[in-house]
Amino acid sequence: MPVVMDADRIARTLTRIAHEIVERNKGVEDVALVGIRTRGVHLARRLARTLKEITGDDVPTGALDITLYRDDLMRHDVGPQPLVRRTEIPFSIEKRRILLVDDVLYTGRTIRAALDALIDFGRPRAIQLIVLVDRGHRELPIKADYVGKNLPTSPGESVQVRLQETDALDEVVLEPEQEGAA
Amino acid sequence: MSTEAPEQGMGLPPATSALRHKDLLGIDQLSAGEIALVLETAVAMKEIGSRSIKKVPALRGKTVVNLFFEPSTRTRTSFEIAEKRLSADTLSIAIASSSVVKGETLIDTARNLEAMNPDMIVLRHASSGACHLLSRFCRSAIINAGDGMHEHPTQALLDAFTIVERRKRLAGLKVAIIGDLLHSRVLRSNILLLTKMGADVWVCGPPTLIPTDVTRFGVRATSRVDEAVRDADVVMLLRIQLERMEGAFFPSLREYFEVFGMTEARLALARPDVLIMHPGPMNRGVEIASEVADGPRSVILDQVANGVAVRMAVLYLLAGGVEHEEAA
Repeated sequence: MPVVMDADRIARTLTRIAHEIVERNKGVEDVALVGIRTRGVHLARRLARTLKEITGDDVPTGALDITLYRDDLMRHDVGPQPLVRRTEIPFSIEKRRILLVDDVLYTGRTIRAALDALIDFGRPRAIQLIVLVDRGHRELPIKADYVGKNLPTSPGESVQVRLQETDALDEVVLEPEQEGAA
Repeated sequence: MSTEAPEQGMGLPPATSALRHKDLLGIDQLSAGEIALVLETAVAMKEIGSRSIKKVPALRGKTVVNLFFEPSTRTRTSFEIAEKRLSADTLSIAIASSSVVKGETLIDTARNLEAMNPDMIVLRHASSGACHLLSRFCRSAIINAGDGMHEHPTQALLDAFTIVERRKRLAGLKVAIIGDLLHSRVLRSNILLLTKMGADVWVCGPPTLIPTDVTRFGVRATSRVDEAVRDADVVMLLRIQLERMEGAFFPSLREYFEVFGMTEARLALARPDVLIMHPGPMNRGVEIASEVADGPRSVILDQVANGVAVRMAVLYLLAGGVEHEEAA
C-alpha cells in the first residue's frame, strides 16, 4: 500500500493552499470555508487555522452534508440509505466567496451535489473548489481551483485519506485494485 | 470539538447502519439501534427546517399518500410538511371516520391507490392492526400514523427526540405517563420505546383506566399520582377523551383534575428541571393545568416542531433500498 502523502507532506500542502487562497482572493475579507463531511470538514478547519496565522483574520467555517443531494440516492435496488449528518453553516453565504473543501476529487458527482446544496443556502459571489487529492476520472465538467496533489489512478484503485481527527494519523494511501471501490 | 458530530453526543446506544424494514408499523419492530438511527437522522433533518429554503431533493419523484381514516390535524400536517421538505409528491386523503371501518373496504381502497403506484402510504385508522393488514397487500411502504388503540410510532419517536434533545439520554430517566392509559396508542408506543432505551417508566391513572397487564411491559403502574411524579425527569400527560369518558370511568372531569390533573403544586415533587410533555390535543383543566402547559418546563410545542424532523427521518430511511427484514 504505497503512501502517497505523509503527515509532513499534507501539512506543507495545506500551508501552500492557504497562501494561494490569500493570493488569489487578495486577502480573506469576504471568504468563508465550507468542508464536505467528513474529511473535508477537518481540512477546512485546518485551512482556517493556517489562514488565521497568515492573515490574522478568522475565516468562518462550516460543514456540509451532501447525502440528501446525491444523484444515486434511491437508485440502488438493495441496500440501506446512506447516513445523513448535520449540515452546519452558521453564517450567511450571500455575496461571500465560498471555498468548498473536499479530500478527494474523483467523478465530480459529490461536488455537483455540494454545489446544489450550497446554492439552497443563498447566492454566493463565487464558489472555489479545494481538494487535497485529484485522482482523475471525472464524469462531470468540474475542475478544482486548488489541488494538493494530482494523483494518476486507475478506476479500480482506491484513494484513502486518513486524518488525525478521525483516523488518528495523517496520510494519503493508494490502495490496489482488489480492495474494491471505496 | 462539540460541533463536530452532535449526533454522537446523544447518549444513545450505537445506531444501526440502516432501517431494515419495508414498513414502520410500530415501535415493536424496531431495535434500540434502529431507534437511535432514526433519532440521529432527525438531528440532521431538524437543521433543514431552520434554513430559509427548507427543502432538500432527497425524495424527488417519490409519491406519498397520506390516508387518514380518522380526523387528525397535527399528525397529518406534520407528515405533509415532512414530505414536502424532502421534495416528495404528496396526496392527502381524509375519509370520514365513521364510514369505513371494515378491513375489506380498507384493502379495496389501498388496492385502488396502489394501482396508481405510490411509493409510500401513511395510514391513520381507527382499527388496531389496520397497518399490518395493509402491509401484507401493498408493495408501498406503510407508515403507521396511529392505528386504533395499538401504536403511534412516530409520536413515540418524536417524544424520545424531544427528551434526548434536552436531557442527552433516555437510559435511567424516570418518565411518568399519566392519563387515559387504556385507550392510548401513544402510551403503548412510548412504553415500548422507552423501555427498549432503558428508561424507568411509570404509568398512572384511575384504576379503571389502567390496562390490567400493563406491568408485563416492564413498567410500574400506580394510581397515586404523587408516587409517579416524585423525582420524575419527564411527566407526560395523556388526553382524557372527553367524549368517551364522562360517567363511565370516573365520576367527573372536575374530580379527575382534582386527583390526577397536573398542577404546579403537584410538580413540586418532580425534579426541578422536569420536562412536561403532552401529545395533544390538550384538555386544559382536565389532565393538565394551563399554568403547567404554558409554563417554562413545558416542551409541548417542541414536540410538535420535532415531529416534522422525526417524520422526515422515517420517510427518508424507509424510502431507500428494498432490503427486507428476515421473515418476522
